[in-house]
Amino acid sequence: MKLPDLTELALRNLRESLLRNSLTTIGISVGVASLVAMVSLGIGLQQLANRRLMKSGLFDTVVVTSRRDLRNFGREPERGGPAPGESRILDEPARQEVERLPGVLEATPDIRFITELRYEDKPHMTMVAALPASDRSHDAFQTMQGTFFTSETAPEAILQKSFAEELLGKTPKTGVDEAKVAELAAPLLGKELILRYAQRQTSAGQAPATAATLPDDLASAAYSVVSREQKLKIVGVADLDPESMRGPTRARVFLPLKLAESLHVMQPTDLREISRSASDQAVYSSINVRVKSPSHIQAIEDAIKKMGFNTFSILDASKSISQFFGVLDMFLLIFGSLALAVASIGIVNTLVMAILERRREIGIMKALGASDGDVKKLFFAEAGAMGILGGIVGVALGWAIGQVINFGTNIYLRKQDFPPEHFWAVPWWLVGAAIVFAFIVSLVSGLYPAGRAARLDPVQALRYE
Amino acid sequence: MTLASGSSPTSSFAIRTEDLCRHYRMGETVIRAVDGISLTVPAGEFVALLGSSGSGKSSVLNLMAGLDRPTSGSVVVQGRNLAQLSREELAGYRLHTVGMVFQSFNLIASMTLAENVELPLRFAEVDRSKREGLAREALARVGLQARMKHRPSELSGGEQQRAALARALINRPQLLLADEPTGNLDSHTGTEILNLVRDFNQQLGMTVVMVTHERTLAERYAGRMIFLADGKMTGDESNVPTNLLVNPALQGARS
Repeated sequence: MKLPDLTELALRNLRESLLRNSLTTIGISVGVASLVAMVSLGIGLQQLANRRLMKSGLFDTVVVTSRRDLRNFGREPERGGPAPGESRILDEPARQEVERLPGVLEATPDIRFITELRYEDKPHMTMVAALPASDRSHDAFQTMQGTFFTSETAPEAILQKSFAEELLGKTPKTGVDEAKVAELAAPLLGKELILRYAQRQTSAGQAPATAATLPDDLASAAYSVVSREQKLKIVGVADLDPESMRGPTRARVFLPLKLAESLHVMQPTDLREISRSASDQAVYSSINVRVKSPSHIQAIEDAIKKMGFNTFSILDASKSISQFFGVLDMFLLIFGSLALAVASIGIVNTLVMAILERRREIGIMKALGASDGDVKKLFFAEAGAMGILGGIVGVALGWAIGQVINFGTNIYLRKQDFPPEHFWAVPWWLVGAAIVFAFIVSLVSGLYPAGRAARLDPVQALRYE
Repeated sequence: MTLASGSSPTSSFAIRTEDLCRHYRMGETVIRAVDGISLTVPAGEFVALLGSSGSGKSSVLNLMAGLDRPTSGSVVVQGRNLAQLSREELAGYRLHTVGMVFQSFNLIASMTLAENVELPLRFAEVDRSKREGLAREALARVGLQARMKHRPSELSGGEQQRAALARALINRPQLLLADEPTGNLDSHTGTEILNLVRDFNQQLGMTVVMVTHERTLAERYAGRMIFLADGKMTGDESNVPTNLLVNPALQGARS
């Protein structure tokens, strides 16, 4: 029999015992719905976690340091590659090379230094860091009071909340008494802050007197350190920490990147780098590389390591998070499938009942020339039709359940003063996969009944009243 | 509709059985439903299988129809030994070579007459576009063209049996096997049905084997009467049917 005929006959037969087949189909729907609900919860949670983590900048960033820099962020030193003393300098050409790697969005020099800032003639010591313009979209600045830097070179500063408290002479509190950023920002925005720093000046042309006694390459590396001041306007106060990754070296005052570069602040590494050959190019202690997606990190890290630098990312952490969600998804899938397994027993039951009821009809069809295969296919088609119908209804049902739970959770979240979130994600592949899965489960359930119907002895079946 | 006439010219007989046996085992006892029957039915013949209930006449018919397999012996239909055919080949044989009608009509209740009649065409994978026309033609031949969209339950017994005849005809078989076709009908309606069967036999050249327990019916229609008892052949008489078709032109007017 041809497929359109099979389908037509199968649907007709399903209509004949409408109640029973509807109940079976509803059973499949519930199974598929629970499967879809469970899996979409898993996917939704994973997406939520990914969104959060992506925004945090933890998982799309690779920190590149020179091997000459012996800081290792507390990790094991790199074993491969050249020895620290012989390795490449992390300078501007190297930064540009990194930026050209596929999958890299930008590579920005990481400029940070501890220095003194004066506010209303009182000195405050803190870590100052430079922010690239792309950080404008960073999660930490979404809830910021004030504005982001007006330009890359503007003499402006954004303060971290705790530093703002310090400037205002408040003691930081936590919990319900925690100061609101808006309250802190109001008296500070637009005020002036004076940055005192040590500038590194290369002494091109006018080498110090001692230079004559030194080898040429060392002589040209000489520089002087000059004390400088830079006035800054406070433009913003941020609540969140944009640098959660850095831990102990957290900065509390932020400057625009180009401005910070132009200051030529003396870096701690400068002291160790005295043996490097002189160059007009800027040299960095570390570079932050932002990548398009966490999946690129491994390849980019490998490429940078090949260039002769150290790299660091939280890829391992992200790997274990994926692993966690993989296991979670699997459990959700298993629990979701239980209902579908029960439903598949319903299909077997319905079809076996149908064979008993339609025994005579099967006998007639065989007497008229239906082959075993025709009868088998007919029962398969019935099982498959129930599976597809149940799958479609089930996906819709699962989606609806997801919407309802999402809606309910968000009401709760809003009451708790949290922004609404999307916990539920039903991607198109899940819709397709659920229906196909329901179809396959139904066909498998139809195996036994279809085989049994096909083997029916027509003489016996026709005698049966 | 042009139905293939009789058997192929190369074989003079449509059906031949040789020492045909069909034994059923019920616990310790063996029931010999068919016990060594050898007979030959020439192409185009109208044969009545007569016997009381339990004589094995329906079992012989089922063996000829390829619905059942012999325990021993052979049934050869148009040169093919049914005992040696696979299940798939037997289905094809039932589909293309044999048309069957039963005492209880055996129409499928959930289908309209047209759909019932079309059913063998679906198994034969005939194009959808051709099916309706063929079904209408077959139903017209038995005078039911106006009832195509009716369900069997809306029809009288005679009409149902006529629809069953139309269905048996639809794949243009050479062999019509009828198992007590008038058993559930009153004598008048039964006569109508058998007139149709006789028409098929005479006009279309179909070989007919009809199982019946009514000798009078057999005498009126069959050209030959085979008597069975306890699975054995007890008699084989040729007969001159009394209800011969006199004027084929009248047939159209009757139905």
